[in-house]
Amino acid sequence: MSSRDIILGRVRRALGEAPRGDAQTSYETAVDREYRREHGSRTTEETVGLLAANLADYRAIVHRCQDEEELPDLIMRLLAARGPQYVLVPPGLPPEWMSAADPTRVHDRAVSTTHDVDKVGSVVTGCAVAVAETGTIVLDGSPDQGRRRITLIPDHHICVVRVPDQVVSSVPQALERLDPTRPLTWISGPSATSDIELDRVEGVHGPRTLEVVLVSGE
Amino acid sequence: MSGTFVGMPAFPVAAHEAVGNTTLRANLRHATHTIRDKRAKAVAELDDWALLREAGKQIKDHTLRHLDTYLVQLEEAVTAAGGVVHWAADAAEANRIVTRLVKETGESEVVKVKSMATQEIGLNEALEEAGIAAYETDLAELIVQLGHDRPSHILVPAIHRNRGEIRDIFAKEMGEWGRPAPEDLTDTPADLAEAARLHLREKFLRAKVGISGANFMVAETGTLVVVESEGNGRMCLTLPETLISVVGIEKIVPTWRDLEVFLQTLPRSSTAERMNPYTSMWTGTSDTETADGPRAFHLVLLDNGRTDTLADEVGRQALRCIRCSACLNVCPVYERAGGHAYGSVYPGPIGAILSPQLRGTTSEIDASLPYASSLCGACYEVCPVAIDIPEVLVHLRERVVQGGPATRQGNRVVLKPAKGHAAERAAMRAAGWAFVHPGALRAGQRVASRTRRFHPRTLPGPGRAWSATRDLPQVPAEPFRDWWQRTHGKKESGK
Repeated sequence: MSSRDIILGRVRRALGEAPRGDAQTSYETAVDREYRREHGSRTTEETVGLLAANLADYRAIVHRCQDEEELPDLIMRLLAARGPQYVLVPPGLPPEWMSAADPTRVHDRAVSTTHDVDKVGSVVTGCAVAVAETGTIVLDGSPDQGRRRITLIPDHHICVVRVPDQVVSSVPQALERLDPTRPLTWISGPSATSDIELDRVEGVHGPRTLEVVLVSGE
Repeated sequence: MSGTFVGMPAFPVAAHEAVGNTTLRANLRHATHTIRDKRAKAVAELDDWALLREAGKQIKDHTLRHLDTYLVQLEEAVTAAGGVVHWAADAAEANRIVTRLVKETGESEVVKVKSMATQEIGLNEALEEAGIAAYETDLAELIVQLGHDRPSHILVPAIHRNRGEIRDIFAKEMGEWGRPAPEDLTDTPADLAEAARLHLREKFLRAKVGISGANFMVAETGTLVVVESEGNGRMCLTLPETLISVVGIEKIVPTWRDLEVFLQTLPRSSTAERMNPYTSMWTGTSDTETADGPRAFHLVLLDNGRTDTLADEVGRQALRCIRCSACLNVCPVYERAGGHAYGSVYPGPIGAILSPQLRGTTSEIDASLPYASSLCGACYEVCPVAIDIPEVLVHLRERVVQGGPATRQGNRVVLKPAKGHAAERAAMRAAGWAFVHPGALRAGQRVASRTRRFHPRTLPGPGRAWSATRDLPQVPAEPFRDWWQRTHGKKESGK
């Protein structure tokens, strides 16, 4: 008998002979989902404000941009302040975002090794959705966000969020928007640890600096 | 302290030693109080916390009730997404599977993201025997591994170490395994974290095989979820060519939507944050077009005592646990005894009910764990999936003292009472006899009342240690039964 059969047999014996009903149909009624879809009532502008406040509370650096025309200048200034030689950009990033930037742009290619990516100082991406109540940005590997490794290995990540389109209030609302079959990364503030006497230290393995640019659209 | 958990002394002995360690007590007190205060604030931000807690409980209970269905559904979904599912009935089988999978890649080293399940089965030791080096990459796990030590907390495994100790461990041990610590390493947390970053980065960048656990598995979609802070999890889940995840069968949730409950309750209960810095979700392997992440994904579904726990209708609720560690941080016993005294990778209140169920109550340490509690109930209050830990503790005490039916490795067995509980068993038997013989009970109580002047303040013989720190309760001048008879007896008989 395979271990699969052994384990499933043990589960069935453990649960006894009593009829249990069909799992899927009974599930609809098995769980009371009276918890909130979002906490508190806010205007759209207040939701964006909450996102900015919660991002900053977890030590992401937040910038606001009135429209997409201001964006290239802002990105240029943010990169200049860090001075990386190379900047990684995902294949589908709108090219005009980087039109004012000085550093050499490199693209993530299947052939580039992790060591190649490690030589890059900064990365600029878009995002899939941002969650105001938790101060979270979510990446789903779309062309403007690229593969997971590009936002992981470089030490400096600039993430552009289109507000209010890409902002939701809460975790339940974010999950509704996401496709589970895509590789998803939820980022709340920069990499951090509290393992040594509970002193919070930013950055162990992921980017130590996370800058989030909130761009107002239309 | 080093070595494995096998042959650990029973909880009272280990706890007695730990309580004498003033550094440990100070570290623990600081840590647990800090986290518990922060947690209370984080929870207070959500005015529907009680509803989220109830929903989490209901989701997990439903899943356990239909676990066979969801395991099969998960297997289908993971397979459809390009993953390979393996089933492991016990620790030895899980270790054999993982060792074989690593060997098939031709590699002799792996990077690991912190995983309770792989600690539980002793995977690192099994890999080492097979000539495979397993590098722990969580900062606290690295401290534990380099220090030849054992984890003592679910969330912050090196909580028993202070910064000076950590500096010394890094300075002495890092060079043995790879990039040495810098010569001038100080004991500031930022410097220590930087040393770990540099030491581990070379391993991440060359690793071909990653090993993880998972916080959740979604049956509907085949999605796995890992929740972490440092980015070491993202490294292990993203960079290697092969990813092997070892996950307990109880970690399933039925639907994608269910994550909305646990992604709200887990971070706030564990690190007291609105959200942990990084959460990774992946479904099978990526298609070749995007080539994002490992090309080969293996999921090892682990039983190792979980189905035995499922068979116990009272104890089953321990399988709801989402490993947040909130119960540790509020436990007065954990705060003083520390995690090592529990002799298991699962310390604290949840460990006191999980370990004796996963491993059985035959060993001395496992028989003692249901007693590692004051039954104050604080653990139940904070539990985000409402596990009634005191209820299970009492249930397991009964099993230890009286024996009775249980399930071990899928077989129904009748347990004998554990050794070393003869006095308690005799007392319980005598009490049981007295309660069904009211005349004897009344006579005994009267004797006790009338001799109260002669009662000692401390117990003689084996009870002396117990009464050394406590006053014995005063016996009242008149038994309640006599008082009732005297003041109410006539009225009742007059009806």
